[in-house]
Amino acid sequence: MPRVTSISGRIADFTGGVSAFQVEARTVRALMRELEGRFPGLGDFVEDQMALAIDGEIFQDALGAEIGADSEIVLIPKIAGG
Amino acid sequence: MSDGNQGGVNLKVVGQRPIRPDGVDKVTGRAQFGADFHLPGMLTGRIKRSPHAHARVVSIDTRAAEKLPGVKAIVTSADFDAGAAGEVEAGESHAAMKEVAANCLAHGKVLYQGHAVAAVAATQPEIAAEALDLIEVTYEVLPHVIDVEAAMAADAPVLHDDMYTKGVTPKPGKASNVAAKHVMGRGDVAAAFKAAGVIVEGSYETAAVHQGYIEPHACVASWGADGQSTIWCSSQGQFLVRAMVAKILNMPLSDIKVIPAEIGGGFGGKTTVYLEPVALALSRKCGRPVKIVMSREEVFLASGPTSGAVMDVRLAATKDGKITGAEMTLKYQAGAFQGSPVNLGLMTAFACYDVESLALTGYDVVSNRPKVAAYRAPGAPMAAFAVESAIDDLALKLGMDPIDLRLLNAVRDGAKTVYGATVRCCALVETLEAIKASPHYQTPVGKGQARGVAAGFWFNVGGESSAAVHVDEDGGVTVVSSNPDIGGSRASMAMMAAERLGLPIERVRCTVADTTSIGYSGSTGGSRVTFATGMAVVEAAQKIVADLKRRAAQTWECDIAMVEWKDGVATCIDPAKDVKPLSMKAIAGKSAKTGGPIAAEVSLNAQGAAAGFGVHVCDLEIDPETGRTTVVRYTAAQDVGRAIHPAYVEGQLQGGAAQGIGWALNEEYVYGKSGLLENASFLDYRMPVASDLPMIDTILIETKPNPRHPFGAKGVGEVPIVPPLAAVSNAVSRIVGRRMTSLPMSPAKVLAEMAK
Amino acid sequence: MSRMVVNATVNGEPVEFLAGGGQSLLDALRDELRLTGSKEGCGTGDCGACSVIVDGRLVCACLMLAPEAEGTRIETIEGLADNGHLHPLQHQFLEQAALQCGFCTPGLLMASKALLDRNADPTESEVRYWLAGNMCRCTGYDKVVRAVMDAAADLRQAEKPR
Repeated sequence: MPRVTSISGRIADFTGGVSAFQVEARTVRALMRELEGRFPGLGDFVEDQMALAIDGEIFQDALGAEIGADSEIVLIPKIAGG
Repeated sequence: MSDGNQGGVNLKVVGQRPIRPDGVDKVTGRAQFGADFHLPGMLTGRIKRSPHAHARVVSIDTRAAEKLPGVKAIVTSADFDAGAAGEVEAGESHAAMKEVAANCLAHGKVLYQGHAVAAVAATQPEIAAEALDLIEVTYEVLPHVIDVEAAMAADAPVLHDDMYTKGVTPKPGKASNVAAKHVMGRGDVAAAFKAAGVIVEGSYETAAVHQGYIEPHACVASWGADGQSTIWCSSQGQFLVRAMVAKILNMPLSDIKVIPAEIGGGFGGKTTVYLEPVALALSRKCGRPVKIVMSREEVFLASGPTSGAVMDVRLAATKDGKITGAEMTLKYQAGAFQGSPVNLGLMTAFACYDVESLALTGYDVVSNRPKVAAYRAPGAPMAAFAVESAIDDLALKLGMDPIDLRLLNAVRDGAKTVYGATVRCCALVETLEAIKASPHYQTPVGKGQARGVAAGFWFNVGGESSAAVHVDEDGGVTVVSSNPDIGGSRASMAMMAAERLGLPIERVRCTVADTTSIGYSGSTGGSRVTFATGMAVVEAAQKIVADLKRRAAQTWECDIAMVEWKDGVATCIDPAKDVKPLSMKAIAGKSAKTGGPIAAEVSLNAQGAAAGFGVHVCDLEIDPETGRTTVVRYTAAQDVGRAIHPAYVEGQLQGGAAQGIGWALNEEYVYGKSGLLENASFLDYRMPVASDLPMIDTILIETKPNPRHPFGAKGVGEVPIVPPLAAVSNAVSRIVGRRMTSLPMSPAKVLAEMAK
Repeated sequence: MSRMVVNATVNGEPVEFLAGGGQSLLDALRDELRLTGSKEGCGTGDCGACSVIVDGRLVCACLMLAPEAEGTRIETIEGLADNGHLHPLQHQFLEQAALQCGFCTPGLLMASKALLDRNADPTESEVRYWLAGNMCRCTGYDKVVRAVMDAAADLRQAEKPR
């Protein structure tokens, strides 16, 4: 199952301290739904304010991106720059 | 993409150095910047600012000012929509609109000297100034706190009584100035230090520095009686201004048209709003256009500098120089509202190096300073200063060449970053090797001089962009870009279109459109425009090529597969057809007969941006009498993927290096005991001038083009400000004979260190 | 507020405008004559974005009072090109990509012209010190200095007796 970790401590505010977990989702959209279902507020927070690294590639605002059965997903702060 | 990445083969325009399409306007004074607009009936707006670092606003009495003849409108935060909420994509992350609004006009409290409290619009500048004096603000002065560690202290005056540190479990029971704690890491750091052959450690600090764009913020806002409004302004993103103004004034986006003026520098500092909502609120009140232009003092006092930082770093390494673990703590000033780029500092700090175990902690801390804004690679230069200083210490301790040490630890493709990305198409090793082989590094260090080396990293981003390509009836082309051109992007947009269309660059012009004339785009920032908006341009040009081929096929009554497009000409490769090639001009001239005008617009959300790496080397000398440091030779090398217009890429490296040298040697926000800024002018805030700098040599590394961009481009604008702080300080430390840990290394500080 | 009539020559043409006693020449150029090519970066004479040439001398227009312009000959960026033909400095700034945002460019060009008017063959150091009053935040000055030196060479070439 895909595994989700986060480099942002902000996640803990929603998960009650849990920082790594497995998910069923196979697309980013499904992942957001799943996060929101498990930790109310987290899905919206991640969708609005975070980016994802899926198996090492960074995706921002890419709800359609696919997630593999053994994907490593890292939640990271959105990056904009100057 | 079949003909996607041309990999530098047979490129005719990309890689050349044509004159930029907007060049003549900019050397003749015709280019219209934010303060250059003038409308009939236009009023002058001015802003009343706090003289205190921290105070409660007890009352604002505008009655006397309102009576002054010529005063047409006065606004305070009460004129902003109280419901302004939600967030908008901005410079370094997301900006909470409530806080952006409260930064534009203070709500309840002023949080720094220069914080706006009210604004006036009048028929003459002199009347506006007089009216400001007549506005009576009663303050209850509160204790203030300026420095980041003082602000973190348990007994510090608290700026926001509803701010509880985020990222801490359990949730703190008491409000504080620490907006958030960020922790990231991996591996077993304790074990790494236990097994270490060598350990180096140090504590570092950097001062708050300003982006220093020469053009002060400026805008003209005009509210129409039907609510439809127009804003002319200098910003890094017309769509961002529209979004923020709409939120703050509770207006529909479609009622606001933002026309981007030319922009006189931004460096991240123009990725937010200060004046635009205020000017439009004034215009809404009196129905006349209002122009507001900041003075330089206002720019320093009330527009974003970047964070000053306090940092601790500790490295564990083997005796042969392999770094096995690192610990780092970053404390970044956010200014009056949360949102320092400390998380980006953590993510970038060790991005150049393959380090197994990392433990990184960051604090985002508010204090009575202006709210920070993005500044070129936000958060990265300070963290790199600490890390690259520590690596220099390691090289000294081990007696290793600083480049060899970095080569030993450099990330290569496939390495895992601490933030979850996997390194790809990375040319850091080639960049280090290029510096090592450079004439500069191969020349022995001059007598009385010293040399410093440092590396740097920036993510670069993609994101939402739109572009259109219009073919004129005579076969010429206009590219419509959605991003303000801050440093020559009209040239790169036109060049990429010309390349794909097979036209000479002179046949392609480029314009920057307002918010009603092109699809949405993110801001000009994050080193994203040539990558992301460039991708939209190339895709639009590809659509045009497909359309031209279709029209040629129609004309020749042949299969479209039999049409080849090359060098701006359609050729029929069907041997059965005896037809002459059709030029762009020929097809465009008869477009009405083949389906109408030839145009394409593409909007996309570009993924696949590639990070950039830079390595700088700096030779300098110090006058032992005065402590003044003079940089005598400087070389910057960078992994750029592919340079679309190499001269403007070189310019990014040179300009970034110059800003970094200023950060290292001279620039700082200086506060007195009363919490007031003591150097809010260019005379006292000392940016590098021509006589301070040598030529800055550049080496563009193009061995690893980004396969996710049609021509291989990587972002280039931000990387070059990351290495200079440590490149300079590593050299200064050699001469001083002691590690320099505090920026800027102003003459007085250097003299004091030399006297120790 | 009483305003006075000021007569001057701007870019070779006689002009007449009204100026307040405390108004700067820069404000008069920009607001009264609508010559907005000269820029205000600081208003205190530190950045040089408002550089113009008055009676042959390089001045920061923000530091000169508009009434002081009475009877003077003023050269601004709008007059640097000759009937649509770019000055060699303008040409070299474009060729060498010596501008990024372009905001400081008018001031840099006028300051450079004032230099070349009195020194046809400046060294790199002379260019750097002469331009020390003109801040540019984008370029790091490298390409600016090269452009000025190459424009000086172009002008010397053009002056050579054939």
